[in-house]
Amino acid sequence: MPIFSYLAMPKSGAKEVLCADLAALSNCEVIPSDNQEVVVLVTDTPDETTEDKLQKSLNNLQSLQSLSLAFGYDDQEKQ
Amino acid sequence: MKLNRRRFLKYAAASSAVATAGALFPGVSFGNWQNLTNNSGIISWQKAPCRFCGTGCGVLVGVSDGRAVAVKGDPNCSVNKGLCCMKGYHSVQMLYGKDRITTAKVRKNGEMVEVPIKEALDLVAEKLQETKDKHGKDSVAIYGSGQWTIPDGYVASKLFKGCLGTNNVEANARLCMASAVTGFMTSFGIDEPMGCYEDMDHANVFITWGNNMAEMHPVLFSRMLANRKRRTNVTVIDFATRSTRTSQAADKSILFRPQTDLAVANAICYEIIKNDWVNWNFVNEHVSFHKGKTNIGYGTEDHFAFKDKAESINFEEYKLFLEDYTPEKVEKISGVSARDIKYMAALYGDPSLKVTSFWCMGMNQHTRGTWINNLVYNIHLLVGKISTPGNSPFSLTGQPSACGTVREVGTLTHKLPHGVVMKEHHREMAAEIWDVPVSNIDPKPTYHTVEMFRALDRGDIKFIWIQVTNPMVTMPNLRRYRDGALKDGRFVVVSDVYPTPTTDVADVILPAALWVEQEGMFGNSERRTQHFAEIVKPPGEAMSDTWQIIEVAKRLGFEKQFPWTQDDYIGKIWEEYRKFHAGPKHEMASYKVLKERSGVQWPFVNGKETRWRFNPKYDPACTNGKEFDFYGKKDNRAWIWARPYEPAAESPDSEYNFWLNTGRVIEHWHTGSMTRRIPVLHNAVPSSYVELNPEDAAELGVVNGEMVKIISRRGEVTMPAQIKGRGVPPRGMVFVPFFDESYLINEVTLDAFCPISKQADYKKCAVRLEKA
Repeated sequence: MPIFSYLAMPKSGAKEVLCADLAALSNCEVIPSDNQEVVVLVTDTPDETTEDKLQKSLNNLQSLQSLSLAFGYDDQEKQ
Repeated sequence: MKLNRRRFLKYAAASSAVATAGALFPGVSFGNWQNLTNNSGIISWQKAPCRFCGTGCGVLVGVSDGRAVAVKGDPNCSVNKGLCCMKGYHSVQMLYGKDRITTAKVRKNGEMVEVPIKEALDLVAEKLQETKDKHGKDSVAIYGSGQWTIPDGYVASKLFKGCLGTNNVEANARLCMASAVTGFMTSFGIDEPMGCYEDMDHANVFITWGNNMAEMHPVLFSRMLANRKRRTNVTVIDFATRSTRTSQAADKSILFRPQTDLAVANAICYEIIKNDWVNWNFVNEHVSFHKGKTNIGYGTEDHFAFKDKAESINFEEYKLFLEDYTPEKVEKISGVSARDIKYMAALYGDPSLKVTSFWCMGMNQHTRGTWINNLVYNIHLLVGKISTPGNSPFSLTGQPSACGTVREVGTLTHKLPHGVVMKEHHREMAAEIWDVPVSNIDPKPTYHTVEMFRALDRGDIKFIWIQVTNPMVTMPNLRRYRDGALKDGRFVVVSDVYPTPTTDVADVILPAALWVEQEGMFGNSERRTQHFAEIVKPPGEAMSDTWQIIEVAKRLGFEKQFPWTQDDYIGKIWEEYRKFHAGPKHEMASYKVLKERSGVQWPFVNGKETRWRFNPKYDPACTNGKEFDFYGKKDNRAWIWARPYEPAAESPDSEYNFWLNTGRVIEHWHTGSMTRRIPVLHNAVPSSYVELNPEDAAELGVVNGEMVKIISRRGEVTMPAQIKGRGVPPRGMVFVPFFDESYLINEVTLDAFCPISKQADYKKCAVRLEKA
């Protein structure tokens, strides 16, 4: 049951589209900056399969320039 | 537990990312989290004004799982531009104290018993009606505060003045800024400051008159210091009766003996005239001269009555009056050197310097409070330093809506939302808007605050409803008023959020919604109205003070005047209320605009806020075609008053040889009923203390923390000594913060007041000390 947070950089001028794209995905919470072209993304998935699917969806987003991991936690790793 | 832990981890994840963003993008802001569609919301943020002082800082309240969990400064609010003080940053914790009142209680056979709130409201309405029927309309009263929201105060006034027909409506702001009001009214004929906080970005000189801004208005003080740092030509003078953190930060600290600010202000005017620093163009065009009655008393006796009478004088008569106030003569009265008096006069008199004077309780809680307000205006008027950016005599307020609710709505015995009960056309206006017969509104004011509690003690008032305030800690000469409230035949209703010494004397306790648990508006010191939504639900059966009053009004048969539902009542009340202020002198923003913005300054005319009043460049109410228009007075002039120095009601003598001064500390709000429930604030200053001058302490033989008994003619309190703490009084004075109900310092203070404003003086009475 991993929890990750990222800084998501949109492609030029695509911040609003990126926010909408990310908010449309399951297991994602989105916090946009109100004065910079950057978005905080927090993901919370129930299992590894869902996490893999989410990663693929993120990789396919046209509005996304890059994702930088800021925080990671996984219950399973702890066990 | 699993869910909470997970939510915590997600919050940590978000915080890490936000912190990382802060390192990569300096100045990055995530202030508008709440605006994102589909944000499933780790924390959602909504704007509100801070709940505490009269500065009116904008905050963003963070909510998670229906609970307020975070606060940050609102970058969109021009008051504080994203900054808060320690009380603001920790404010949401006040919502969640363990002993929060969540159910109604009724006294049965001497014991407070929990009852459904409906039953308690039934009893309040029944007792109110029964008392009025049996003893007359003026046997019932409501006492609120400058922490009432604007709708709270509005419905209280409408019910009591408009429907029940009594002017027994008062608020604790009488004890907080009534002298500021009468100062404005007598000097300008219209209430509230002509300037705004932007004055701080223009002034070269700041003089704080008995005003410890560093602790009482810390966000404004830091803005002042930031200006001093940023600009090279800014000077801060602290003019006070004791050394404080404000004195430490000031460029110069000048101490005066209590009450002698009257003499010093006159001496400054003397010097301005003597050195021909008078701005004659301004004075000739915009000022007239007057004198009033003298030897006006102190109000310490019941039924004290006073009415001032203004007489016109000319400049030469005023100049002659000032002959008694040469700097050399005043040095002997005040202890301020003639050199320092001349220095302050030179700052006011230098035409190249813009000067802002700030004051708050030091000048207002004063038995000559109206006079000292007049005298500081005199200084600004003589040199024409007023109503322009940076030139501002500025009366700060202590409570979040002392201006918005008490001064603007008019929740004082003589006031109406527009004007006063004594004037027929003001009563007619109120009756029309309130939809009541004009005969309902009594043209005669009844009791100001001190006299209201005296009337309760005497039995003239038998029913009193107290909301959002704690008079059983704050009334001066407290023992008389607490004993009075406990007498047989009195019925006391208290609406509050935590148990206090005031709920201890209640027959009914109503659980109240606190701050953002309800929708409402506050009005701050600079004529700014600030709306806040219901951001979290109130606990248990707690409801807003506004709705409590409406519930009782409906039970009393006033459905027609109070037709609103809980879904829309705040917006409807606001739109009804703002009819009272229609016109360019006081036009208020619409409900829709208030909801959208982080505060709006009135007059708000054609979508534009008014920064500086009486100046046609900024103020749409100016119509005389001149450089200034002081339209509040019939002669279209601001009034300079010849007001003498008169001594305090009680001064130290051979038996009671110390001055007692009381006030606040930065960590606590008023009586501490909220801030003492916030662990980080409570732990910072867990109990009150008596500040002593180190030499007095040595003579008394006490060291820090040792107990000292403070004795006056009215009572005594024993509390720990603080020596060389954050404040240091001069020899012969002690200072006590009043936030701690364990040490009821107001059992010692004197209930003397300014005969014009009726505001009590908490800064001066005589005490003696004993080592306990």
